[in-house]
Amino acid sequence: MQVVLGPVFKLIEAVLELFVPLVMANMIDVGVRERNTDALWRGGILLVVLAVAGVAAAITCQYFAAVAGGHFGRRLRSRLYAHVMKLSGKEVAEIGTGSLITRLTNDAVQVQHGLNMTIRLGTRAPYLVIGGLVMAFVVNWRLGLVFLVATPLIGVVLLLIMRRTLPGYASIQAQQDELARQGGENLAGARVIRAFSRQKSEEADFDAAAGQLTRQLVRVGRLSAALSPVTGAIVSAAIVAIVWLGGVFSFGGSSSPGEIIALVSYMNQILLAMVVAAQLIVLLTRALASGQRLNAFLAVQPAVVDGPGAAPQPGASAVAFRDVSFAYYSGAAPALSGLSFTVPAGSTVGVIGGTGSGKSTLATLLLRQQDVTAGTVLVGGVPVKDYTLAQLRGQMAVVPQRAALFTGTVGYNLRLGAPGATDTDLWKALHTAQAYDFVERLPDGLDTLIAEGGKNLSGGQKQRLSIARALVRRPAILILDDAASALDYATDAALRRALAADVDADGHKRTTLIISQRVASIRHADSILVLDDGCLAGQGTHDELLQTNPVYREICVSQGVGVATS
Amino acid sequence: MRLSGSGGGDIVKNTTLARLIAQLGGHKRLLAGAILGAVTSVPLGLLGPVFIGQAIDGIIGPGQVDFAAILRGLVLLGITALASAALQWLMLVCTRKLSAQAAQRMRRQAFAAVNAAPLQRIDGHPHGDIVSRLVNDADAVAEGLLQALSQLLPGVITIVATVVLMFWLNALIAVIVIVLTPLSILFARFIARRTTRMFRAQTRAQGAMSAYVNEHVREQALLRAFGAEAHSAAEYGALSEDYFNANFKATFYASVANPGTRFINALVYAAVGIVGAVLALNGAITVGGVSAFLAYANQYTKPFNEVSAVLAQMQSAFASAERLFELADWQPEAPDADDAAAPAHSAGHVQAQNVQFSYDGVTPLIRDLSFEAKPGQRVALVGPTGCGKTTVINLLMRFYEIDGGEITVDGADARKIKRNALRGLYGMVLQDTWLKQATVRENIAYARPDATLEDVMEAARAAHAHSFIKRLPNGYDTVLDSGGENLSAGQRQLLCIARVMLEKPDMLILDEATSSIDTRTEMLIQRALEKLMQGHTSFIVAHRLSTIESADSILVMDAGRIVERGTHAQLLEQGGFYAKLYHSQFAPS
Repeated sequence: MQVVLGPVFKLIEAVLELFVPLVMANMIDVGVRERNTDALWRGGILLVVLAVAGVAAAITCQYFAAVAGGHFGRRLRSRLYAHVMKLSGKEVAEIGTGSLITRLTNDAVQVQHGLNMTIRLGTRAPYLVIGGLVMAFVVNWRLGLVFLVATPLIGVVLLLIMRRTLPGYASIQAQQDELARQGGENLAGARVIRAFSRQKSEEADFDAAAGQLTRQLVRVGRLSAALSPVTGAIVSAAIVAIVWLGGVFSFGGSSSPGEIIALVSYMNQILLAMVVAAQLIVLLTRALASGQRLNAFLAVQPAVVDGPGAAPQPGASAVAFRDVSFAYYSGAAPALSGLSFTVPAGSTVGVIGGTGSGKSTLATLLLRQQDVTAGTVLVGGVPVKDYTLAQLRGQMAVVPQRAALFTGTVGYNLRLGAPGATDTDLWKALHTAQAYDFVERLPDGLDTLIAEGGKNLSGGQKQRLSIARALVRRPAILILDDAASALDYATDAALRRALAADVDADGHKRTTLIISQRVASIRHADSILVLDDGCLAGQGTHDELLQTNPVYREICVSQGVGVATS
Repeated sequence: MRLSGSGGGDIVKNTTLARLIAQLGGHKRLLAGAILGAVTSVPLGLLGPVFIGQAIDGIIGPGQVDFAAILRGLVLLGITALASAALQWLMLVCTRKLSAQAAQRMRRQAFAAVNAAPLQRIDGHPHGDIVSRLVNDADAVAEGLLQALSQLLPGVITIVATVVLMFWLNALIAVIVIVLTPLSILFARFIARRTTRMFRAQTRAQGAMSAYVNEHVREQALLRAFGAEAHSAAEYGALSEDYFNANFKATFYASVANPGTRFINALVYAAVGIVGAVLALNGAITVGGVSAFLAYANQYTKPFNEVSAVLAQMQSAFASAERLFELADWQPEAPDADDAAAPAHSAGHVQAQNVQFSYDGVTPLIRDLSFEAKPGQRVALVGPTGCGKTTVINLLMRFYEIDGGEITVDGADARKIKRNALRGLYGMVLQDTWLKQATVRENIAYARPDATLEDVMEAARAAHAHSFIKRLPNGYDTVLDSGGENLSAGQRQLLCIARVMLEKPDMLILDEATSSIDTRTEMLIQRALEKLMQGHTSFIVAHRLSTIESADSILVMDAGRIVERGTHAQLLEQGGFYAKLYHSQFAPS
C-alpha cells in the first residue's frame, strides 16, 4: 500500500512543481507586459500556495517511503534468517558462512535502501522529465519540438557514459579488494618475507597493484568528468534554439517572452532530473545486484527436510550404521565408505582416528546435518530419514569440537536446547560437566555475562560449559566430538566417571559416543571404533585392539600410551 | 611530529594539512590545470542566464523583435557555454588525476614504511587496521581531495560570482535572495543536528543486529542440533524490530531535509518572481533580467549545500590522511652498520649470553638468557605457553632486537651482521604456514626466484611434497588461493619445508605444528624435517615427544628464563619442572 501511496504523493509534488514556470510565464506575459496587477498578485499567491502544497505532498511521500522501506526490510530480514536456519550442512558449506552473513547484513540493507531511494527519487526524476516534456508542449508545441530532440540526446549521452563507467566502478572495487588482500597477506607473512629477504619484491608487487588501481580510477574519472560538461552543452544548445525560434514565433505573434522563460526553466529542470536519475541508477545497480543475490539465495532448497515422523522402537540398539558411505561433494573422495557398526542402548562407544579419518562426519550424519550418500543410519531402530528433524535431534545432544558460546549469560547459553530448564537442572548439569566449581565462583553465577565467543573464559571452561549445555537437554544419546581436548587428564577422567553415572530424561542409562584423537579419552569405553581414511579399521575394547589392530597400536605408540603403561 | 592529547589537536591538523598540500605540490601542472579550470569555467557558466535575458529582451511584441539583439545574446551564450564546458572538463580531469596520484603516493609511502618497520610494530598493531588504512583511508583521501578540488573551489567561486552578477542586475532583488536563501541552509543544518542522534541510534541497532547474525549464523549447525532455530529467529526478529524503529525515525526525519530546502527555495523563487515582476512593471528591470534572477534564485543554494557537504567529507578525509601519515611515520628498523659483515655461510656455532628483552620496555620477556649451540647440534625449546620460546626465535632472526647481552654467530656479534645476511643463514619453518597467493612453483622458489623447475621439483621431492603437487589441477603451476586454503594443513607444512629445502640454509629454526595433522602426513613431515636438520645446527620449539627425545640439548623455559637444561633422560631424572611438564603434556596418568 505504502509502496503505491509514496509515488502518488511524489507525483502530486512533481505536478505542482511543474506548474511553477507556467504561473511565472503568466505573471510576466499578462501581469507585466499587459500591466495587469491583479493577475500579477494572483500569480504570486499561487506560487506560494504551490510551494506549501508541494512541501506537504513531498513530506507525505517521504513518510510512506520510510514506512514502506522499513516494513519491507523487516519482512525480508525475517525471511532471510528463517531461510538460513533451514539450510543443511551441504548448502552452508557450498554458500559459505561469510556469504550467508553478507546476505543478511549488507545485501538486505542495500535492497531496503534501494527501495526507499526508488520511492523518494526514482519516481521524482521520471515525473519531472515526462512532466517537463508535456508542459513544454502545453506552453508552446512548436517550441516543444526542441525538447523532443534535446531530451533523448541527453539520455543517450548519460547512457553511453554510464555503460562504460559502471563496469569501471566494479573493477575498481575488485582492485581495492585485491589490494586489501595483498596488504593482509604481506602483514601475515612479515616474518617469512624478512626471513627470505623479499621485502623489495613484495613492495614492488603492492606498488604494481596500487598503480593499477590509480590507472583505473583516472580512466573512469576521465569518462565521468565528461558527463556534466557534455549534457550542459546540449542544454545550452537547446536553449539557443528555444530563444531563437521563440523570437521568430514571437515576431509572428505565436509566442512570448514569458513562454520562453518558462521553457528555459523546463529545460534546466529536465537536465537536473536526468542527472539525478543517472546517479540513482548507480545506486540502484548496487541494490539490484544485492536483490539478485538474495533471490538466488532464497531459491536454494535445503537438501535435508523433515521425514514423515516416527518414534524410536523400544529395545532397539541406540545407533546403527548399515553400509554407510558419505562424500561432502559429489565426485570428492568419500569421507566415509562402507561403514557398518552398532551401538547398543546405554553403552559408551569411543571413536578414534587421525584428522580426516571421518570421525566428525559420524556426528554430522547422526544429527542428519547432512544425508548419507549410500546406506542407512538408524537411531532407535528407525532410519533417521523417517523422523522429523525435531524428533530426531530431540533424542540427542552434541558437544562440538569448537566450544562455541554466545553473547549472553551463562544461564542463557545453557538453556539453548532446553528453554524450560530450571536453575536446579542447570546446576546439576554443571556438576556433571565438572563446571560447578568455576561457575559458582563467577561474580554473578548463572547470570554472569559471557563475552562474544566466550573470550572471558579459558578453553577448558568453555568446553565444560559446552558439555553442560548438552547435558541440560538430558538426551538419550550424547555425542562428544573431541570435546575434552582442552581439559587436563584428571578433569577428563572425572568427567567420564560423572557421565557414566548420569541418566537421560526417562531415567535410562545414557548412550554416549566419544569422538577423540586422544587414546586416554576413549580407552575405558565399552567399545572402540577405529577409523582410518573413512573406513572402519577395527572395533573392540582397548586391550583387544592393542593386541590385534595395527592402526590403533600406531596411534597409541605415537601418543606414548604403550610406552607409559607397558 | 606526532602529538597526543586534546591540546595538540590543532597542531596535528595543521601539520596534516601542510603535508597534504606538500603532496599536492608534487603535481604542479595538474594543480594549475584544476585551479585554472575552476576559476574560468564557473563565471563563464554563470553568465549564461544574463545573455539569455538579453536575448529575451530583444522580443518586445508581435512584429517587434530585435533579431540582432537576440543573435548577439545567443552567440555570446553559445561561446561562453562551450568554453565553460571545456574548461569544466579540464578541471574535472585534472582534479581526478591529481587526487588519485597524490593518494597513491601516500599509500606507497605508508606501505614502504610498514614494510621497513620493526616487526614489533607490526605485531603490536591489528593487521586489519593497517590494511584498512592502506586501502580505505587512502581511498577516502583521494575522494576527499577530489571533492575539495572539484567542488569546494568552484562552489566558493559560484557564490561570489552569483552575488556580484545579481547586484549588477538589481540590488533590491539581490538583497532578497541573499537574505532569504540562508534560511534553507539553516533549516538543513537544523535537521542534520536533530537527526545525528537518530542515526547514532540506528547505527547502534544495526551493530547489534550484525553482531547477532555474525555470532549465530556461524553456529547455524549447532543451533539446528539443539533445535533452537525458531528461538533464535525470534531473538533476531526482536533486534530487527529495534532496527526498524530506529531506521524509520532516522530515515524519515533525514528525508524531510530535501523537501524542506526545496520549499524555502520555492518561496525565494516566488519572492523574486513577485518583486521582479513589480519592478519590471515600473521599468526598474527588464523581463530578461527577471528571468536571469529566477535562474540564479533556483541555483543559489546549491553551492552552499555542496560546500557544507564537502567540508564534512573533508573532515573525514583529514582524519584518514592523518591515519595514513601515521603509518608513513613509522620508524624503520635501525639501518645495518656500514661495516656490518655479510657472511654467506656459517659453521653453525651460536651463543647467547645474558640476553635481555622486553617487548614494551617495561615488562621483561626474556631474562638473562644464555645458551650455546655447537655446530650440528639440535636444541629443543620446551615450556608452557607464553614462556618465551617463540621470542627466542624472534631474537635469533633479529625480528626483535635484544635489549641487553649478546648473541653471536660463529663468534661474531649478530648485530654486526647485515640483517638480510643473518636471516639468510637460517632456514625457518613456522607452524603458521604462510604461503603467497601465487603458483606452487613460485612459493617453493621464494628464496631463489630464479631457481629452475628442476631445482623446485628436487626440493619438493626431498620434502615429500612432489606426489601431492603432481595431483593438483595444474601441478606446479597451480595457484594457491589466499595462502593455500585449498590445501590441507599438512600439505601446507610440506610446501613450507620444500621452500626451505631449496634455500639450503646452514642452520634451522623450526616451530613444530600443534594443530592436528593426519598420521600419514605427519610421518612425511617428520621425515622431511629430519632430512633438513641432518648435520645442521637446529633450534626447535618442540611439541612432539620424538623431537625432545632426540635433541642434543633441551632448554626448559618458564616466564622468560631457562629454568632447566639437559637431555631428556637427564631432565626426567632431575624430577623438576620438566618432568612435571612432560607428565602433564605427553604422558597420560
